[in-house]
Formats: sequence, C-alpha cells, structure tokens
Amino acid sequence: MEWWQDLTLIWTGIVAFAIIMYVLMDGFDLGLGILFPFAGRDTDRDVMMNTVAPVWDFNETWLILGGAGLFAAFPLAYAVILPALYLPLLAMLIALIFRGVAFEFRFKAKSSRYLWDASFHFGSLIATFVQGMALGAFIQGFDVENRAYVGGNFDWFSIFSLLTGMALVAGYALLGCTWLIWRTEGSLQEWAYKLSKPLFLAVIGFIALVSVWTPLANQTIADRWFSWPNILYLSPVPILTAALALLYWRAINKRNEVQPFALSMGLFILSFAGLAVSLWPNVIPPNISIWDAASPPETQEFLLVGMAFLIPTIVVYTIYSYYVFRGKIGEDAGYH
Amino acid sequence: MDIDPLMLSRIQFAFTISFHILFPAFTIGLANWIMVLEGLWLKTGRDVYRRLSEFWTKIFAISFGMGVVSGIVMSYQFGTNWSRWSDITGNVLGPLIQYEVVTAFFLEAAFLGILLFGRSKVPRGMHFFAASMVAIGTIISSFWILSSNSWLHTPAGFEIRDGRFFVTSWWEVVFNPSFPYRLAHMVTAAFLTTSFVIAGISAWYILKGRFAEYTRISFGMSLGLIAILAPLQILLGDLHGLKTMEVQPAKIAAMEGHWEGGEGAPLILFAWPDMEAEENHYEIGIPYLSSLILTHELEGEVPGLKEFAPEDRPYMPIVFWTFRIMVGIGFLMLFVAIGFVFLSWRRRLYDSSWFHWICVAMTPAGFVAILAGWFTTEIGRQPWMVQGLVRTADGVTPSLTTGAALTSLLTFLVTYALIFTAGTYYILRLLQLGPQPHREETTHQARQEAGRPKRPMSVPDERIEPAE
Repeated sequence: MEWWQDLTLIWTGIVAFAIIMYVLMDGFDLGLGILFPFAGRDTDRDVMMNTVAPVWDFNETWLILGGAGLFAAFPLAYAVILPALYLPLLAMLIALIFRGVAFEFRFKAKSSRYLWDASFHFGSLIATFVQGMALGAFIQGFDVENRAYVGGNFDWFSIFSLLTGMALVAGYALLGCTWLIWRTEGSLQEWAYKLSKPLFLAVIGFIALVSVWTPLANQTIADRWFSWPNILYLSPVPILTAALALLYWRAINKRNEVQPFALSMGLFILSFAGLAVSLWPNVIPPNISIWDAASPPETQEFLLVGMAFLIPTIVVYTIYSYYVFRGKIGEDAGYH
Repeated sequence: MDIDPLMLSRIQFAFTISFHILFPAFTIGLANWIMVLEGLWLKTGRDVYRRLSEFWTKIFAISFGMGVVSGIVMSYQFGTNWSRWSDITGNVLGPLIQYEVVTAFFLEAAFLGILLFGRSKVPRGMHFFAASMVAIGTIISSFWILSSNSWLHTPAGFEIRDGRFFVTSWWEVVFNPSFPYRLAHMVTAAFLTTSFVIAGISAWYILKGRFAEYTRISFGMSLGLIAILAPLQILLGDLHGLKTMEVQPAKIAAMEGHWEGGEGAPLILFAWPDMEAEENHYEIGIPYLSSLILTHELEGEVPGLKEFAPEDRPYMPIVFWTFRIMVGIGFLMLFVAIGFVFLSWRRRLYDSSWFHWICVAMTPAGFVAILAGWFTTEIGRQPWMVQGLVRTADGVTPSLTTGAALTSLLTFLVTYALIFTAGTYYILRLLQLGPQPHREETTHQARQEAGRPKRPMSVPDERIEPAE
C-alpha cells in the first residue's frame, strides 16, 4: 500500500469519528425532543431542556465537522451524496433551524410557548427521521456518472429507508431516555425508567431487522459477513451486541443510573461498526471507494497537521464543559 | 432571466448568505464587547459592568443561536446546490472550512455554554476566560471564511489538472492577494455594526431617561470605538479598492460606472447604467476625481467595462448602486464620529438630543452597509465563481431540477421570515426591559414560575412576552 493510501485511512477514521460523535452527542438531545411532549408536566419539559441547554449547540457542531470533513477529505463524496439527498437534507436543515431556535425562544415566550414546544418536538423528530432515511438511502447506494449524481430527486425514498428512519427515531429516543435516567431525579426519572424497556426492545428489534434485511438485499454485503473466515472475525460484533443488551436489561432492573446511557451508546457504536464492515471500503456505495473519492495527499497532509492536536484539544474541552455542568438537574435546585 | 436551477440556486445562495451574515456581523463585535465588560468586571468588581454584560449576553444568545442555525444551512448548500463547484475546488477550500470548524466553531460552542449558563458554576476568572474564547473564536472564524472567500476572488497557490484545482502552496492559498484587505475591511465593518447598535440603543435609553448608570458607559465606549474605526474603515476601504483594481479590474469598472475607462476619468455620483446600450443615462460626475482616487493622479488610467467581453462583465447597475450605498453609509459613520469628538470636547455628549436621535437612526447602518458591500464584491465577481477560471454556471449541481431548487428556495424564504420575525420580536422585548438590577437570591416559588433553575440568564422575568 502506498503511503498516501494510509493517509486516506487515517482520514476515513477522522470522518467516521466525527459522524459517530455527532450521532452519540446530538443523538441524546434530539432524543429528548422526540420524548418531549410525552413528559407528564410542563416543569418536566423545562428540566428536560435544561439538561442539554448548555451543550446542545456544541453537540450539533459535530454535524458541521462531518460535512466539512467530507468536503475536505472526500470532495467527490460530498459532491455526490449531498445532491442525491437534496430534499431530505432540506427537511433536516429546516427541522434543525426550528429546533435550535426553540432553545432560546421557548424560555422567552409566554403566550406563544406552545409553538416553540411544538417546534422543538417536531424539529427533533423530523431531523432524526430524515437522518435515518438518509442512512438507509446511503446503504442502498447512489447512481454516479462522470463524477456526479445522476439519479432522481426521490431515489432516497424506499421501504428500507423508512425502516432505517424509524430505527433512528427509536435509537435517539433511547439515548434521550437513558440520559434522563442519568441526569434527573424524582418523577421525571421514574418516567424515563418506565420508558427505557419498551424503547430498548424496539431498538433491538430494529437492529435485528436492519441486520437481516441488509445482507438479504445485497449479495456483496452477505458475502462480506457470511463467508469463511470473515464470519469468524466479524462474529464479535453480534456477540458483543447481545452481551450489551443483556447488561442493559440488568442495569435497568438494578436501577443503575449511568450504565443504561453508556450501554445505549455502546449499541450505537457497535451498529456503526457493523455498518462500516458492510460498506467497506466504499464512501459512495455501491462502488466508489475511499481512495477514489479522496482529496490529494497534499490536501490531506495539510489537514492532518492541524487535526493531530486540534481534535484532542476539542475532546479535552468537551470533557471540561460536561464536567462543569455535571450532576442532577432538578426542577428547582439544578445548576448549583 | 430564466427560471432554471442555476438562477434559483443563485437567488437561494444570495438570500441565505445575506440572512446569515447579519448575525456574524453583529456577534463578532458583540462577543468582544462582552469580553471587555467581563474583563472590566473582573478587574474593578463594579456591579454595573456585570449587569451590562448580562444584558448584552441575552441579546448575544439569541443572535448567536440564529447565526448558528442559518450557518449550518450554508455548510450544506455548497454540496446540495453547487456540487460541481465542490468537486472542482474541494481540494483547496475544504481544508480551510474544516480548519474553521475545528479552530473556531468548537471553541465558540463549547465556551458559549459556560458563558451563558456557567456563571455560578465556575470561578470568575474562568467565566472571563470563556467570554474571551467565544470572542477569539469569532475572529478565528472570520479569518478562515474570509480566506476561503478571498481565494475565489483572487485564486493563488494552485495548479489545474483534469479541470480540478490542486494546491501547490498552502501559504499562497490562505494568504491570497485580496485576503488581508478583505479581512481587515470585514472585521472592522463587524465592529462598527455592533458599535452602532450599542450606541443607538444607548441613545434611545438616554432620550427616554432610562438606565442612566448603564447607558453612559455603553454610549461613551461604543462611540469612542466608532471615532477610531470609522475613519480607519474609509482608509481600509480605499486600500481594498486599489487592490481590487489591480486584481479584478472589471469589478472596479462596474463599481465606478465606467464604460470607456482611460485617463482622467470622472467620479460618477449618479447614473443609470444600461447594459444593452453600453452607456450611462443621466450621468452626473466630478471630473478627474475617479482617476485621482484610484491612481492618486489626475490623469491616471482606470479600467472601463468595454475592455471586457460582454459575457465576462458583471451586471453594472446593481454593483454601481450597492457600492454607493456602502460608501454613503461609511461617510455618515464618519460624521457621527466627528460629532462625537466635537461634543465630547464641548462636554455636551449626554445632553444633545439631536445627536442622540441621529445615533438612534444610525442603529441599523452597519447591517445595511455590510449587505451592500457584500453585494458589491460578490456580484462584482460575476460571471465567475473562481475569478477568471470557473464560471458560476459551471458550478451548479447537474442533477438539480427546477422543482427541487424552487422548493428549497421557497422553504428557506418562509422559514427565515418566521425565525427572523420571532427573533427580532424577542430581542426588541429584551431591549424594552433593558439591563436588570441585581437580584442575588430568587425565591423558590419565583424560580418555579420562571421554569428555569437559578442561572444568571434567567432571572424570574425571563419570560419577556406579556401574558395574555
């Protein structure tokens, strides 16, 4: 392998890291928005928003890093995937706009408050569903000719992408629910505990469904997983998933507060790993590889110099920021 | 004008970026103003600085939130509507934008949380540090985005292979010829914009006889900065113009309204440029002045639009007029600066209500000037997406349909109208409330009514909308 091919590997890692960070971090605050209207009391909804008010903006920045990273390291993928997902991305952006301003506007409004409640909920729900559909469309692949997307405006819409959309809604809701278990107390936490089991079962169901559907619909992916010796090397992914599921169930029954959130994140990381295995080494399925789409070595080198110390720095002040806002958030006593 | 995906994408880009730029233009200056107030509070311990900082931080939070959500749209629009451009220039511009995200956006977002919500959770020094990081973040962000934008006007440090750009020198890419001028001009414009907002609102409070303790500080400080920056901006604008004549002469010809160009050109004050007839109607000009300004010689030679092929000309009527609006506001700003110096010298700054009214009227001046300036520079670059190398028409997404482009344009129009109306409404309500006196301990009941736990951002009157 040439040296610049290693460089591309590193870049694939960085973009993947940005995407998984986005999913994990914005995932739980989008999940809160999905669960938002179902909370019992208005004060509960206040608390739900307050648990993420200081960090949501930061969480969402990972989405920009994912986009910018793709543009910088894989400009071809950026130029193909974004036009292919034109309408879903439009829906996602509009949803994120309404949801984002709700954080500022809701606490300033009185008579129009219900509008910002609605914009927070539907914004979160639609943004999540569309991200899930985009993922489904991505797995199914895009038509490319002459370095450009040549499919239609609605190619992303399919039964499979509807399924992945619903799966992501359930997944983010689970992250939001377990986050609440960790960061709240009293009746709100009780409510989150109650939700945590049915939500979890739904997520496991979706994971199973997508895991079965994907290889059935795609011979290459089936071969990747089920040929010898791959099946041996890849078996830890499903086995670990099952193990996490059991641990999760035990943690909920023992009313552990932190583990459910950590284990839900673990499920996301494993699903993401499973996806990466299925699609490797393509950045635009079905047949454009990371090396075909990569920007030239001089671009990747220039970027890597900075990322090498900037990404660790970001991680350090992420940890600091979460540390500052640690602890339970109650309806009257929070933020002391 | 054809209603095709290209035209719709151009309108959409112009609209979304014009909307977006209003917020950075304001928050760059505001973040630094908050940093100064926090610094003064840390140093002197005078409560008035902390109150002022908290007041402006609320307005900052709304503006910044709107800037962030409209900014996310920008970062995806490059790919959705201009995918050919993304593929052609991605090797060069991708890293600059990536660097903006990792050096600026994360910094701002992380410390914004501490600035807004962390006052009671971190030491005073740390809170000031967070304010500083947000302020520095806004400047770093300007650095990268203006570097990228300038490269489109004055590309450097590259070679073209198979129709795509490859970098030969990163130094030349980042510090491309027009970048220093554009950065200085824009950051100064942002500081002026914020200063005029602060001065205008303070003048309004003075006229209404409210918040005297606070407004004397903010009125004096903002006008003091204007007195320095307004003349400086005219100088920077002149330098930027001279550089533009060197690197983008067609743009200068359109700005000045010159068809023929040549020696001893007049400064055209009023004209109705006609692209078809290649001439100006109703032209009023001052002889020799354009040559004098652009070349510093009466007989100096300036460019004319006819030197360029018709398909390579920017649309003169818009560029000509937006340029005049920007320059006109620049001189109004200078007059305010002179008025401030004069009144301060006569010690009549706080009891000259005519001057306060002028400041109130000038509150939105910076926003208008910035929009006019960006229209001048961006429409002046047309028909090029990358000056002289890639046409705008060649950058649009090939698969984009008129239906999809129209859908997105209309959606953004409606969304931004709603968001902007609501945001402006809440900001106006905050302004009506004004800086709030200190309340150390709120009662348990008051906190419950407020719906928000004890934090500096949300004293019980956080609900700024009247109950109905």
